[in-house]
Amino acid sequence: MSNLLDLLVAGLATGAIYAIVAVGFTLLWQTSQTINFAQGEFVMLPAFLMLAAMHAGVPFWLAIIFGILLSMLLLGLGFKMLLVDPMLRHGVLPLAIATMALAIGIKEAVKQFFSAEASPFPSIVPAGDISVFGRLVSLQSLGVLALAISAVVALTLLLNRTSLGHQMQAAAQNPTVARIIGVPVERMILLTFLINAFLVALASLLITPIYLAKFSSGEVLGQAAFIAAIVGGFNQVRGAIAGGLLIGVVDNLAAAYVSTQYRAAVPMLLLIVIILFRPQGLLGRPEERTV
Amino acid sequence: MKSKIIAGLMLAALSGGAAFAQGAPIKIADVAELSGGGATVGNNWKNGIDLAVEEVNAKGGVLGRKLEVSHADSQSNPGIARAQVQKALDGEPYVLLGPGYSGSVKVTAPLAAEAEITQIMGGEAAELTQGGNKYLFRTSFGQQSSMPKVAKYINDELKAKSVAIVWVNNDFGKGGRDVITKEFAKYNIKVAADLSTEAGQADFAADVSKIKAAAPDAVFVYVNEEESARMLKELKRQGVTAPLIGETTLVGQKVVELAGDAANGARGHVGLTTDAPVDLVKAFREKFVKKYNYVPDHNGIKGYLAIYMVKAATEKMGKVDPKGVANALHGLTIKAAQEPGILMDVTFDEKGDIDRQGFLVEIVDGKQVIKQVLPKLN
Repeated sequence: MSNLLDLLVAGLATGAIYAIVAVGFTLLWQTSQTINFAQGEFVMLPAFLMLAAMHAGVPFWLAIIFGILLSMLLLGLGFKMLLVDPMLRHGVLPLAIATMALAIGIKEAVKQFFSAEASPFPSIVPAGDISVFGRLVSLQSLGVLALAISAVVALTLLLNRTSLGHQMQAAAQNPTVARIIGVPVERMILLTFLINAFLVALASLLITPIYLAKFSSGEVLGQAAFIAAIVGGFNQVRGAIAGGLLIGVVDNLAAAYVSTQYRAAVPMLLLIVIILFRPQGLLGRPEERTV
Repeated sequence: MKSKIIAGLMLAALSGGAAFAQGAPIKIADVAELSGGGATVGNNWKNGIDLAVEEVNAKGGVLGRKLEVSHADSQSNPGIARAQVQKALDGEPYVLLGPGYSGSVKVTAPLAAEAEITQIMGGEAAELTQGGNKYLFRTSFGQQSSMPKVAKYINDELKAKSVAIVWVNNDFGKGGRDVITKEFAKYNIKVAADLSTEAGQADFAADVSKIKAAAPDAVFVYVNEEESARMLKELKRQGVTAPLIGETTLVGQKVVELAGDAANGARGHVGLTTDAPVDLVKAFREKFVKKYNYVPDHNGIKGYLAIYMVKAATEKMGKVDPKGVANALHGLTIKAAQEPGILMDVTFDEKGDIDRQGFLVEIVDGKQVIKQVLPKLN
C-alpha cells in the first residue's frame, strides 16, 4: 500500500510535467492546427540554453530567466514565423512533417554544439523529504507537482477569466467571426505560441534535474505528451491536463506491476482503447475547437 | 626525364617494398560508442586512445613507425557497430580497438576473429572471453573476476543477508546479474528483488519504489553510467538508506558528475580508476586533464592501455605482423617499470582475460576514496 502511494506521488509529479507539455501541444493545435512533433525537443532545448548561460558564468536564477526568454524567442516567435506560417498554407500534414524535421534538427544541433553525453542540471526544488500524514514524501516530487499545478491553474484562469483569454478562445473557435468583432486574431495566435514556449521551458526546468540534460531526452517526453493530449481530448486544455496526469501514473504503475520492458506499451494500449471507445478523448468534445 | 623518375620510383617500390613499408604508419581502427547511450564510454575511450597515440608517436612510434588511428561511431548500437567493424576490417588494420559495449563486442568479435585481426575491447560481460575466441582481449576485468569480489565484500564487510539487484537488460547487465546471483547463492544471500531496467531509461521511480517495498540490506546496482546517475538520484529522492554497491559503472567519474550529492556513499569495485594510489595513474590523469580539460573515467584509461598493449605486443614480436599480435599478447606480462604506459603490471591469459590489482572505492563528498587495494593474483 505504501508502495502504491510512492508510485502515485512519483507518477503524478511526472504526469504533471507531461500535462504542461500536452497543454502546449493542444494550444498550438487549437489556434493554428499545428501538430508539433518537435514538442519533446522543445522541452529538451531550454535546459541546454540555461546550461550554456551557466557555463558562461551566469548565476542559476538568471540563467533560468535567460533560458525562458530565449525559448520564447526561438521556440515561440521563431518557430511560428519561420516554420509554421510558411508551411501552414500548404496544409496540416506538410507542417506536421516539417516539425518532425525540426525535431531531428534540434537534436543533432544540440549533439553537435553541446555534447552527445548527458549533463547534470541543478534542481530548483531542494532535495529532502517532508512528512505528509506521517509518511515521508520527497520534496522534489511535491515541488514539481506544486509548480506544474500552479502553471496549469494560472493558464486556466487566463483563458477563462480574462478578456485576453476570451479573445484567444474566440480566435481559436471561429477566427472569421472573431476578426469581425475586432479580436486581433494574429496576435492571439502568436500569444499561444509564446505560451507554449514558456510552458516547455518550465517543463524543461522541472524534468531535466531528474532525467539529466541530454540531446535525446525529448523523444520520450514528446511521445508521452502526444499520447496525453490524445487521451485527454485533443481540443481541451483540461483534457490535456487529465491526460498528462493519467499517463504519468499509468506509466509508473505499469513499470511496477506489469514490467519495465513493456511499460512504454501500456500508455499506447490505453490510447488505442480510448480512441476505439471515445474518439474525442476523455474530456474532449466532438467537432468543436476551444482553448 | 619525368618518365625516368617514375620508372626509378616504381623500381624502388618493387625492390624495396619492405624498406618502404618500414616508414609507413601502422593503421589502427577504432569503433566506439561516440554517440547514443554509451557516448560517455566511447568518448572517454577515444580520448584515451588519442592521448596514448600522441605520446607514442612523439617518442618515435612503435619499432620506428608512427601509429595512425581512425575512429568510427557505433552510435551505441550493436547493428551499426557490426557494420562499422566490417568496414574497418576491410581497410586491413593492424589491430581493431573497441567497441566498449559488451553487446557490440559480442556481435563484432567473430568478424575480427575471421579476419585474424586482434581486437582489444572495453566490454566486461563474462561470456565474451569464454567462447574460445583467440583474437579478443580485454582492457579491464571481466565480470567473472570482478563479481566474486563484490559478493565477498557484500557478505564479509556489509554482512547483508538480502540484496536487491538492479540490472540493465542488455548483454553487459544480464551477464553481471547472472554471475553475481550465483555468487550470492554461495553465501546464502537472498535476492530480495530482481529488477531488470532498460538501457536509456529515464524514469526510475517505479524501480526504486519496488526496492523500498522489498527492504533489502543492500542494493546492488549494475546499469550503465547515465542510468546509474538517474538511479542514484531517485534512490535519494525516495529516501532509500540501504548501502548501494556496484561496479565501476556505479562509482565512475561521470556518475559522480551527473548525480552530484546523490552519489555520496555509493560503493563499488573498480579495476581502473584515476584516483588509484599509483603514481603512473596520477601522471596519466594529469596529462589527460591537461589535454581534454576533464577528469576521465575508467574508459579513458582503457583506451590508453589498449594502445600500450599494442606497443608491448609489437615490441615483443620485433616486427609489425597483424596475425602475430594475438599470439604475442597471450601469456604476456607487461611490467609498468619497463612500459610506464601500461600504468600497472598486467598479465593476459590464454582467453584474453586480465590479471591486475583492483580497488574498492566509496564516493565521499563527490570523490572516489579508495577503501581497499585488492592485489594482482599472480
